[in-house]
Amino acid sequence: MGEEHIAVRKVQEALPDAIQSIGTFRDETWIVVARERLLDVCKFLKEDPELAFDFLSFVCGVDYYPSQPRFEVVYQLYSTKHHHRFRVKTKVPEDDPKVPSVVTIWPTADWHERETYDLFGIEFQGHPDLRRILLPADWVGHPLRKDYPLRGPERSS
Amino acid sequence: MAVVERGQGSVVLSKLEWLVNWSRKSSMWPFGFGLACCALEMIATAGGSRFDIARFGMEVFRPSPRQADLMIVAGTVTRKMLPVVLRLYEQMADPKWVIAMGACASTGGVFDTYAVVQGIDQYLPVDVYIPGCPPRPEALLHGILRLHEMVLKGQARGTSLRG
Repeated sequence: MGEEHIAVRKVQEALPDAIQSIGTFRDETWIVVARERLLDVCKFLKEDPELAFDFLSFVCGVDYYPSQPRFEVVYQLYSTKHHHRFRVKTKVPEDDPKVPSVVTIWPTADWHERETYDLFGIEFQGHPDLRRILLPADWVGHPLRKDYPLRGPERSS
Repeated sequence: MAVVERGQGSVVLSKLEWLVNWSRKSSMWPFGFGLACCALEMIATAGGSRFDIARFGMEVFRPSPRQADLMIVAGTVTRKMLPVVLRLYEQMADPKWVIAMGACASTGGVFDTYAVVQGIDQYLPVDVYIPGCPPRPEALLHGILRLHEMVLKGQARGTSLRG
């Protein structure tokens, strides 16, 4: 374990109740935040001059089926000013798969959130144009969910 | 076919169907479109002097389906690409033939998943299947020559004239 990530310390100071848990693996640090606090945390991470996470590398979903809460959305951040990285995660329950959209903070999230919606069925609230991006528009289901049959519903065996 | 001497000239006797089929197979224009790695083998077959498809009257790969007779389905057909492939096939004028080139176009290949069509023959009338992943240019040429043979004999599905 190296020293604590600057982003962890600063978020703890500014938004003391936002962090649910902290993790580190191979010098990469992440925090888990409640989805209700996601926008506050993201805005702080971008706007604080010492953090300045001005670049959202990607947004992706994870399906932990059958554990609960089933889904997780991961935001990988990078600062072109300080050249450091950080990761934010938020848990999403299966019966209410909704997360606030971060498009207002990082416009690049637009297509990333559409992809996550397309493949995991997680709804990003406040997204300007939430529709499928990879699969055909009339597709039924979300294929990266663990319970989606690999060969498709009509050939599942 | 027979040659009959008559006076000073000679007359060639044949069946009209044979003549039509012969001209069709002798100037079959492929449609130049590819979907995956098979397309590169197709390009090598069509574009280079090494394999020289011009020997068979087929070097004019057409960029428009309106001018093409032969669709070589060269590569993996995804579910999302399928409507495009079908529309291009419909835009080709009759008579038209289809070759399923490689494992993916024939059966889906290694991509046994929801996203990939498990053989284009579920949607298009395929005349010749070419195995390989991808097939070498020699294999594609062999398949094309088999198709020529079938067209000449009136056995291919794309033509309504049976010789």
